[in-house]
Amino acid sequence: MFNSFRTTNSTGLINKDKKINFTFNGTIYHGYEGDTLASALIANGVHLVGRSFKYHRPRGFLGVGVEEPNAMVQLHDGNKSEPNIIATEVELVEGLKAKSQNCWPSVQFDIGEINNVLNRFFPAGFYYKTFMWPKSFWMKIYEPFIRKAAGMGKAPLLPDPDRYEHNYEHCDVLVVGSGPSGLASALAAAKNGARVILAEDKPNFGGSLLTDEVTIGNMSGKEWASDTISQLKSMPNVILKKRSQVFGYYDHNMTVMIERVSDHIENPSKYTPRQRLHYIRAGEVIVSTGSIERPISFGNNDRPGIVLASAAKEYMKVYETLVGKKPIIFTNNDTAYSTALEFIKNDIEPIIVDTRDSSNGELVKEVQQKGISIKFNSGIADTKGHLKINSAIIGKLDSSKESFISEETVECDCICMSGGWTPTVHLSSQAGNKLKFNEDIDAFVPDKKRQKETAIGAANGSFTLNQSLAEGFQVGFDLSNKFTDQNNPTNSPNSNEPSYEKHEKLWCMPLPSGKKPKRFIDFQNDVAVSDVELAIREGFRSIEHVKRYTTLGMAGDQGKTSNLNGLQYVSKIEKKIVPEVGHTTFRPPYTPVTIGAIVGREVGNHYLPTRKSPIHTWHEENNAVFVAAGLWQRPRYYPRGSEDMNSAVNREAANVRKNVGICDVTTLGKIDIKGPDAPEFLNRVYTNAWLKLPVGKARYGVMLREDGMVFDDGTTSRLSENHFHMTTTTAQAANVLSHLEYYLQVVWPDLDVNVLSTTEQWSGIAVAGPKSRDLLSKLFPDVDMSNEGLPFMGLVDSSIDGIKARIYRISFSGELAYEVNVESNYGLYIWKKIMEEGQSFDIQPYGTEALSTLRIEMGHVAGAELDGRTIPFDVGLNSMVSQKKDFIGKRSLSKDAFTESDRQTIVGLVPLDKKTKIPEGSHIIEDNSAVAPIPKLGHVSSSCWSVEYNNPFSIAIIKDGKNKIGKNLYAVSPLKDISIPVEVVSSHYVDPEGSRVRS
Amino acid sequence: MLEIKCPYCGKRSQNEFSYGGDATIKRPQLGEEISTEDWDNFVYYRDNPRGKHSELWHHVSGCRQWFKVSRDTATHEIFDTCKMNEDFNV
Repeated sequence: MFNSFRTTNSTGLINKDKKINFTFNGTIYHGYEGDTLASALIANGVHLVGRSFKYHRPRGFLGVGVEEPNAMVQLHDGNKSEPNIIATEVELVEGLKAKSQNCWPSVQFDIGEINNVLNRFFPAGFYYKTFMWPKSFWMKIYEPFIRKAAGMGKAPLLPDPDRYEHNYEHCDVLVVGSGPSGLASALAAAKNGARVILAEDKPNFGGSLLTDEVTIGNMSGKEWASDTISQLKSMPNVILKKRSQVFGYYDHNMTVMIERVSDHIENPSKYTPRQRLHYIRAGEVIVSTGSIERPISFGNNDRPGIVLASAAKEYMKVYETLVGKKPIIFTNNDTAYSTALEFIKNDIEPIIVDTRDSSNGELVKEVQQKGISIKFNSGIADTKGHLKINSAIIGKLDSSKESFISEETVECDCICMSGGWTPTVHLSSQAGNKLKFNEDIDAFVPDKKRQKETAIGAANGSFTLNQSLAEGFQVGFDLSNKFTDQNNPTNSPNSNEPSYEKHEKLWCMPLPSGKKPKRFIDFQNDVAVSDVELAIREGFRSIEHVKRYTTLGMAGDQGKTSNLNGLQYVSKIEKKIVPEVGHTTFRPPYTPVTIGAIVGREVGNHYLPTRKSPIHTWHEENNAVFVAAGLWQRPRYYPRGSEDMNSAVNREAANVRKNVGICDVTTLGKIDIKGPDAPEFLNRVYTNAWLKLPVGKARYGVMLREDGMVFDDGTTSRLSENHFHMTTTTAQAANVLSHLEYYLQVVWPDLDVNVLSTTEQWSGIAVAGPKSRDLLSKLFPDVDMSNEGLPFMGLVDSSIDGIKARIYRISFSGELAYEVNVESNYGLYIWKKIMEEGQSFDIQPYGTEALSTLRIEMGHVAGAELDGRTIPFDVGLNSMVSQKKDFIGKRSLSKDAFTESDRQTIVGLVPLDKKTKIPEGSHIIEDNSAVAPIPKLGHVSSSCWSVEYNNPFSIAIIKDGKNKIGKNLYAVSPLKDISIPVEVVSSHYVDPEGSRVRS
Repeated sequence: MLEIKCPYCGKRSQNEFSYGGDATIKRPQLGEEISTEDWDNFVYYRDNPRGKHSELWHHVSGCRQWFKVSRDTATHEIFDTCKMNEDFNV
């Protein structure tokens, strides 16, 4: 029985000398090299592959490629498991494991099929109607239940072990699809000298030429395709990509293509990516994506064994596989007759059912000449067979074709149906092309383009080979001429194909007498004719509403086989022509793309770049626990032995207050500012005065946004008359630079000033604590470190071991402190040097947690207070605001709301029990017993354990803060369900006079 | 992803740039007496046109220059770009 559905000829593209073993639902089968999972299963007589989305109906293959709506499987297991893979797109590879989805316990016997029996309880809009009340049921009962029932495959829970890469490409002309028109345009463009990328989704180039019996020049279509490909391959200006699907068309001709690099290789080499995502910025895009065959809606038209006629032909011609041995061809047009002829070639006589009254097409005649009679004016009314079709009820249509006159039952094992062809307009539509309806082919074709995109061939509604080739050569030449001056056209060769008669405008069969079987339109979303009828009966008129109510044309499939049949049926009921009904929006991706490919290499630690200080290795060696500060990795604390975070932080902070601490502040933003107008510029940027800052002095500055909110703060020092060194917070460094550039380039271009980031050129080391002066005196014996020699906010240049160092006497901790800056490369050396010399002063490193503790105790503001909602007044910086000059944001400060005296302002909080730490983010309220809604006075912005007083301390921003000092309030955290009685104190908890920094 | 022609560097992908808002807004002069209404118009109020829009972009991951872009907000078509001290040609 294995491979009993193979043809005896070997004109296809599989290699019967190479067997490939695979497993489907636990059974081991074999196929051949060149097979897809679909063709190999069909060759083994397996049609039942899955269960449908809503009704759990048995489903088989409908198509042979991307159009397949049913045959979605779960591939592999463990961490490589991948759901919802279209079996027709999976190339067979040794050891492949696949299983059916949406069924339990098995695809043959599926409990969920009860939904099919109960189908009258699951009409369109079922969920909207049923789960409306009681409202409280939604979150706990309905939603989890629906979530469990919804979806098809199972997402793996383990990390994806595969490697995915991203690639950026630029070309003059991108050709999407390698059928006759695509090959012609690529050849013409390439011969004219343009840089061309040709993308083909399938493993073989050629498109319809691989299955159609045509001649081009003196070659068969298939030979011409392979000859053209060899020509293109030899040209250096051409990139050929097979197994590559262009799935998205975005702005400015940016397209995205997914390449299946090693899915089809048994043992890919170690660093070969599984898939590669290409971002292609193309000068011009040629959409030669061909067309997809339309199904026909008839009773139970979804049984396994019912396929598209073109798919049956491709299975025979490319994969040497028979979809059945007792076929019925059911069509409204001539093209399906080529499938009939292919069966005849394999000594199988099909039954042919044609809705039309007659046809004189060449293929029809050829079939008739072979002695096959055709049932014209007939249609299929219904089918039978539970897990696989076994018979069809063929009816004679009446003259109106609205009902059947007579019905007969005919045995069969497959039905190959054809409702004509739909141009694949998805990419053009994504590009913004306004489609138009072409009455001749009853389908939408691209019309008014918004981007540099041109559809040709079947995608443009040109269904004859001559037309396709002519368009291809012409468009390829015309478009490439925009990029080259070779003016070298290629002539279109003569071609020969059978002539076709017109199709019939009939895509939905009448119901059989006395029965109401489901006639499906959208197989993937289980939408039947009755669902569309119901939606319209219930008042949905817009096609977009009908789509959402019924789910027609949604999800992974994007309506590839269902869109037009749905529209046609709506237009029929509504008695409107299709263009009036319009069409829904086609959205990317055209075919499903695995998330791993979209993410690419940006996973784990590569999700964002990591910035490390030059001293990082020392921190690592000394047991630092790191914390992310933007992209930077900063030491958070350095635990000793079994210390937990709190004790380590308290020890580090206390040591700064008592002895001396050392902290890596390299991450602070640094900006070099130069130019004759630099002082004037700083005077406009900062709220305080800068014109008279002496050379060799630093000053603390606050900058605002135009809306008056504090933007950033830091110290800036004057190195020479026209040269300043600005520091910013770590978090705002990039934004401050952009802000300065904006004002210099856009607002005040007359100012002669240059700004440049020097963050990475300097390594900054803070040395803080009462013993810092003695330590630095020892390190820099040449420098007078006395209060007179280097006063608070002074700076001096010196050196250690010949390394230039700049010493600033600035302090964030509120202690006597210095900041030593050296060229980045020497940061680690100087750090070690200070540590070594500092041993006799009991030096200890401190991390960002202790840094926070020290600044919170002092009432120094940081990001938590400068959160974009506070003006200088709110955070105790009013003394920094000059009344004499104008600066960025000043006008806002005099607005009514900003001058109210009871604004929320900064205070300190101490819990009454002196024990309970107040969670950051807690609300401050006055009356703990009040009934909701309780007026909120403000919130806690920063909390620490005060090492000075050995109790918790917090900074809060509360309404009329100054007048609340001394009062008892409550800090409440509904999240942690706690309420802490607190006393309001000054935010300057330690050394409010600031005597230590000046000592 | 848009493709933007930086007047200094040439065509680059959008991810090298950051958007800077309406290019026609003029900041009031320093020290200028200005009504709250006019100030609020400068700080907060912006037109949101459908169609042609003159706007600022900043080549942050490139030359770090601010420049002007004339763009259709509906179709994203970019008609022209120019330096701050230049005017659009179209």
